[in-house]
Amino acid sequence: MSLLDYFKSSKPTSASIAKERLQILVAHERASLNQPSYLPKLKQELLQVIQKYFEVNENSISVNMEQDDERETLELNIILPDEETSKKSISTTNKGK
Amino acid sequence: MARIIVVTSGKGGVGKTTTSSAVAMGLAKKGHKTAVIDFDVGLRNLDLIMGCERRVVYDFVNVINGEATLNQALIKDKRCNNLYILPASQTRDKDALTQEGVGKVLDELSKGFKYIICDSPAGIERGANLAMYFADDAFVVTNPEVSSVRDSDRMLGILSSKSRRAEEGKEPIKEYLLLSRYSPERVKLGEMLSVDDVQDILSLHLLGVIPESKSVLNASNSGTPVILDEKSDAGQAYADIVARYLGEDKPHRFIEDKKGLFGKLFRSR
Repeated sequence: MSLLDYFKSSKPTSASIAKERLQILVAHERASLNQPSYLPKLKQELLQVIQKYFEVNENSISVNMEQDDERETLELNIILPDEETSKKSISTTNKGK
Repeated sequence: MARIIVVTSGKGGVGKTTTSSAVAMGLAKKGHKTAVIDFDVGLRNLDLIMGCERRVVYDFVNVINGEATLNQALIKDKRCNNLYILPASQTRDKDALTQEGVGKVLDELSKGFKYIICDSPAGIERGANLAMYFADDAFVVTNPEVSSVRDSDRMLGILSSKSRRAEEGKEPIKEYLLLSRYSPERVKLGEMLSVDDVQDILSLHLLGVIPESKSVLNASNSGTPVILDEKSDAGQAYADIVARYLGEDKPHRFIEDKKGLFGKLFRSR
């Protein structure tokens, strides 16, 4: 690195990295705090049902509840295991309040 | 009726007790009868910061259990006769605090005092929850540092959901930000979150910025609330904070790095 590069370098400051990390984290934590308390249990029970038919583990299922002005959305994502031919993914979105 | 202020933060070591002692002394010096209560059962320290550790006979838990009256347990400050300290219990387990008991003590104090400062312990356990439960105002003490800001945000969530005001559907607790251990020099160098950065995340009413200052340790060494060190920057910052809380219009200080080369050579204390 030349001396000129040294002066021109626009590496983000540690404070700006801190701010960015915090903004992401805080947004995420605020959202998860507002989620209903039955979500983990729902996820567990869904997982048990799905495991009857597919070999999936806990990491391949995600359950999210989101709320905007008009409606609540329950989002369920299951990543199915690789089979010989193709990769399937079920994604169900159930809207309504 | 007294106004109940909780001094809270979530994270430990950010300056809750320093703030409680300074704000309580500041309010009392302005002529308001003020009580400051230590909620950190098992790890009391407010008595030490206030310099009355050798005068503790009865404590908060004794009063709740009916083993002493409130008047027996309250310690009158020797520097300001408007100020009283209610120390936490040092030996008992932290389950000794009950919502009913704390409520009763606060009700009784409310009759004779103008302000009641509740010095919350760190964490989100019983002592911290009870310190904030009855509050009208919350002073959220935050350091410009990632873990402190995150914990403060978490406390704000708890303040808005688990307080008496929230449960009774009353006007929510008024939340104020006190940004402590602030170093304008490091902010300028991009090494520390600025007031604006913290505000972008927490968006609270800024009551004041307390600069990182040697005077805080000096004050705690001698058991003197730092606000009594009127020459120190931290002492002045707390005096401004008390004045602003009482509605005075004080421009914010200690945010900009004003020291030039000359200032750096003769660092303020």
